[in-house]
Amino acid sequence: MAIRVKFFSLIREAVETEELTLNFDAEISTVAGLKSFLGERGEAWVEALSHPNLIQAVNQRVVFQEEAINDGDDVAFFPPMTGG
Amino acid sequence: MSVTITDSDISPGDLATAFYADNPHGAVTTFAGFVRDFNTQGEVETLHLECYVEMAERVLSDLGAEARQRFGLKSWQIVHRFGSLSSTTPIVFVATSADHRAEAFSACEFVMDTLKTDAPFWKREDFEGEQQWVTVAARDVDRRRRWDTKDPVS
Repeated sequence: MAIRVKFFSLIREAVETEELTLNFDAEISTVAGLKSFLGERGEAWVEALSHPNLIQAVNQRVVFQEEAINDGDDVAFFPPMTGG
Repeated sequence: MSVTITDSDISPGDLATAFYADNPHGAVTTFAGFVRDFNTQGEVETLHLECYVEMAERVLSDLGAEARQRFGLKSWQIVHRFGSLSSTTPIVFVATSADHRAEAFSACEFVMDTLKTDAPFWKREDFEGEQQWVTVAARDVDRRRRWDTKDPVS
């Protein structure tokens, strides 16, 4: 399974990464599972993905972390939005 | 009906003139937002606006469609900047047209109030050599929430 993961604003800065393409076995089935998987990269990742106001999106739609992820999905993590 | 996300300068005056010409309905409302030259700590030199472009296009298209359905709009347009902007630069332009002014005004306000908290843009202010991400203002959250339960037109 392959997915793209994007990071924005202070989450991007905290993990020092704009975008990743991940290939992994199908045991990661939800956004929460993906967060745990990414947390294995180090404390900065655990802290950033535990941000109290963290928002996650799958295929450009805001979702709860229980949302399923599938092959080819675009996942994104970011803080509250400040448009306009 | 259109959404434009751009890192180029926008001209609200030109956009409004074109919208009026294309949409001569009973009532047209336009709104333009500009970079403020101050924040709570002093003078802002540059505003950097980060954007998740694919998601912004989707969110703003859905928002325009929702406004059209909710307020019976004849037409709408949303234009939003990203990138580095100096103070007093236009950031956002919204236009709505309807048969009557109440719907046009309310739809324009609904789009702006929703866009502030739901569209994937993030503001960073640069001032006096420092950079600071802007946090969501409580008043913006309150203004967004009132549209969940209240319809000012009815």
